[in-house]
Amino acid sequence: MRRPAVGACAALALVCGQQGLVRAEDRITRELASYIVSDDAIDGPLAGQRGDPALGQALIAERHRSLCILCHGAPSIAVPLQGTLAPSLAGIGSRLSEAQIRLRIVDMKRLNPDSLMPSYYVVREGVRVAPDWQGKPLLEAAEIEHLVAYLVTLKE
Amino acid sequence: MLRPTASLIAIALLATPVAAQAPLPFEPRSGRDFMAPETQAMQADDASNPGMLWVLQGAELWDRKAGRSNQSCAGCHGEAASMRGVAARYPALDPASGKPIDLAGRINQCRAERQDAPSLARESDEMLALATFVAHQSRGLPIAPPTEPGLDPFRETGRQIFTTRMGQLDLACANCHDDHWQGRLAGSAVTQAHPTAYPIYRLEWQGVGSLQRRMRNCMVGVRAQPFAAGSDELVALELYLMQRAAGMALETPGVRP
Ligand code: HEC
Ligand code: HEC
Repeated sequence: MRRPAVGACAALALVCGQQGLVRAEDRITRELASYIVSDDAIDGPLAGQRGDPALGQALIAERHRSLCILCHGAPSIAVPLQGTLAPSLAGIGSRLSEAQIRLRIVDMKRLNPDSLMPSYYVVREGVRVAPDWQGKPLLEAAEIEHLVAYLVTLKE
Repeated sequence: MLRPTASLIAIALLATPVAAQAPLPFEPRSGRDFMAPETQAMQADDASNPGMLWVLQGAELWDRKAGRSNQSCAGCHGEAASMRGVAARYPALDPASGKPIDLAGRINQCRAERQDAPSLARESDEMLALATFVAHQSRGLPIAPPTEPGLDPFRETGRQIFTTRMGQLDLACANCHDDHWQGRLAGSAVTQAHPTAYPIYRLEWQGVGSLQRRMRNCMVGVRAQPFAAGSDELVALELYLMQRAAGMALETPGVRP
């Protein structure tokens, strides 16, 4: 595909004489690990690396980074801080398989295009994305695997 | 007879072609109704409502001469009571530009054209004090947006912005405020985003801020590049929100968490 090259030239032209080449590099959408969707699930771990449930639990609690509990409840989180815009994640490991949970975090909109839930491992040229977040997925592959590893342990 | 009048108004509203005036999918409820009782009590009692300090400061500025014309607001407008009802119908059409202008914009226009004074930054204490003081004169009055057709395209722009997903989180204002207003985002009530109480004293800010500041906060929340303060886009959003809130009572100065 020649498209990306054209985009890169345009980006270079824009910043030439301003901040130099480094910024132009930053703006080029980073390669995401590829994955295969079968039915409503992604079987293998992203980037081939399984996560650590303890790190996943810690990341869920970092609400300004993972954002999960803005919308969801989770058993490890104090009730007044939990969101109520989405189903609680309590017992999610009994309701969904590891592979199903993975796809729901990676790209919920593949299952429900109108979903409130952001797609965490997708980079779209969205509307007015703030410069700090352009070209970046919400979470990295390893972070998503930590979350998956934690959520499968939430059995009812 | 009241009945025929009421139904005539209803028909007139229904006949308006602009989508921006379509009825809301819910009974309108002020952000105040979602707050903890203590916060509601803080707003209700002027002695404990911190926003009243800005009203007091605004009253002083109203009478203070400013600019090369050495005129005060009171010099042209007289008593504060002359401002009763004004905030309830802003943003309004500015005949000079043919565009809507909000209350802060109008205050700066008076400063520039009548007082020959430098304009005030939107979130400066002075601007917030004047805007809070002026809006406070309409406390209890129903929001009554102007009906000039010239405003309709701008309202429609506001509606479009409100319903367009944006930012890295790819969420529209309407995703939260139309579809999930009854829910809680982490600990916070989402609310229907009515502009009934602005400028507000926000506990999180430890100070008074404008409706535009509140909207820019939500844009930052979805990781979008916020519209610039005073931009056409934010005024269009204000216009649309005021239309959605038509008939609701003004509360300025509101208190919000
Ligand atoms: C802005 C809101 C929002 C955020 C943030 C969010 N979600 Fe969701 N999530 C939803 C909604 C709403 C649903 C329900 C399905 C739908 O709408 O399509 C959902 C569904 C899910 C499901 C499927 C639940 C079920 O019972 O089938 C999982 C798993 C999930 N989310 C995990 C997460 C994780 C993990 C995070 C953070 C990394 C997260 N979500 C962040 C709104 C959100
Ligand atoms: C992800 C959810 C979400 C999105 C998207 C969102 N908001 Fe909000 N909004 C909130 C929450 C939560 C509050 C209440 C905040 C608080 O109390 O801390 C709020 C408060 C407000 C208020 C204050 C209402 C009052 O009673 O004073 C206004 C106005 C508002 N939002 C407008 C907007 C506009 C305009 C947009 C789009 C540019 C937007 N919001 C997008 C969640 C959202």
